[in-house]
Formats: sequence, structure tokens, C-alpha cells
Amino acid sequence: MTSRRQFLLLTCGALAAGEAVAQLDPNIAAKREAALRAAIGKITDGKPIRTGKVKLQVPPLIDNGNTVPLAVAVESPMTAENHVKAIHVLTEKNPQPYVLSAHLGPRAGRASLSTRARIADTGRVIAIAQMSDGSFWQDSVSVVVTLSACLEDGLI
Amino acid sequence: MARVAITAPSSAKQGEVIEIKTLAAHVMENGFRRTQEGALIPRDIITQFVCTYNGVEIFRAELHPAMAANPLIAFNTVATESGTLEFKWTGDNGYAETQSASLSVS
Repeated sequence: MTSRRQFLLLTCGALAAGEAVAQLDPNIAAKREAALRAAIGKITDGKPIRTGKVKLQVPPLIDNGNTVPLAVAVESPMTAENHVKAIHVLTEKNPQPYVLSAHLGPRAGRASLSTRARIADTGRVIAIAQMSDGSFWQDSVSVVVTLSACLEDGLI
Repeated sequence: MARVAITAPSSAKQGEVIEIKTLAAHVMENGFRRTQEGALIPRDIITQFVCTYNGVEIFRAELHPAMAANPLIAFNTVATESGTLEFKWTGDNGYAETQSASLSVS
């Protein structure tokens, strides 16, 4: 015989599942991945991205996704011949992958910046640096988000 | 104006790398949230930030809805000559804010 507790658990579970299906686009994961790929493609114009030189600092466990401190530092002498032209920060699971695109030059002295982002879901945060010689370098950090940003209305 | 704030040193040695921190008071409404009636709240964000040093652009950033409210941007520059640093934020719905800071280089 089904106890009251089991009955409540089952009905609540079924209702919650129904709700989630109604709100969630079944292709959302694929769409976000495609959006991220498109965004990276737009930045690099199809050129390969190597890992290294860039150091992205994000806390691995984020209590509040609405304000996530992040810092990007790129190894570069920052001279007129060899400097960082741009730093792009992207996220994997946000409705839009872009966070910030910064354009700097040899007058920056040091290729580093810090800012605060919104992160919607557990996933990767990616920083891509464009060098003056046309090469691209990246670093990515996997983060766990407990309270996500921009999801007050449920799943989007 | 109290709507933006800059933290930068007022004096520096020639060739020294200085850090500039900028903060703008702005809700950065991301355009994905809805009201309780289900109507989409339109996007209202700062889209661009530019810093010029004696009229020469030294730093520019494009901001997206994934920037946190009251966007903070900290970056560096080399102190080359005495002068003014000008900061300009522009955004949706005609948002525009400027601020300047003077820097003396010895």
C-alpha cells in the first residue's frame, strides 16, 4: 500500500518533472554549445587557440552567480612588437556566451584585468587572449554555481 | 557625480604601471528576466567603456548582459606623462556617463 509520504513524494516529483519539461527547450544544451562555438569562431576567425599564457582566476565554488569576481592575467612583455590586443571572457552555460571583450595595447603595461560577472549555471568560464602576432591563447576554469544568475523565472 | 567612481593614484613615477579601478552604478538589466505577470523586462545595460589618457585611447571594453550589476572594471596603464585620464561609459536608452581623473607623473 502506498503511504501518504510516498504518495506526496511521487506526485510532487511528477509535477516538478512536468513543469521542467514544459519550460525547458529540449535542445538547450546543444544550442548553447553552438552559440559558444559561434562566439569563439567570431573572435578567432577560425584560427586555432592554444592553451597557456592566460591565467583566469574564478572561485571554483560560487555561492551567488549574480556577482562573480574574476581576474584575467596574460603573460606578455607588452611591448610595441609583442603585446596583448584583446582579452575576451566567455561562459559556457549563460543564455549568451559573452561576458566582456577588452581591447588593450602596449600602453597597458601589464596585461591583466579584473571584473565581476553573472554566471547562470555550473560549467566552464573561458578567457581568450588575442596577441599582436595574431595568435590566440586561452584558459578555462570549471565552476560550480549554487545560486544562479538571471533565473528568477525558472529555466531559460 | 556619484553615479560612477574611479580609484586611481593621483601621482606616479615615470614608467610605473598603475592600476585603475572603475565602478559605475547601473542595474545592468539583462533582458532575460520577467515580471510576475510574465512580461519580459527589456534589456538595459552599459555596452561600452572607454578610457583615454591625454586624448589617446588606452583601454576599451564591450560589456554584455553577463556583467554583474554596478560593473567594476580594473585595468592597468603605464604612467607616461602628467595629464588627465578620461572615462566614458555608454549604454542602452541613451546612457552616457563621463568622469576624469588627473595624474601627475614625476
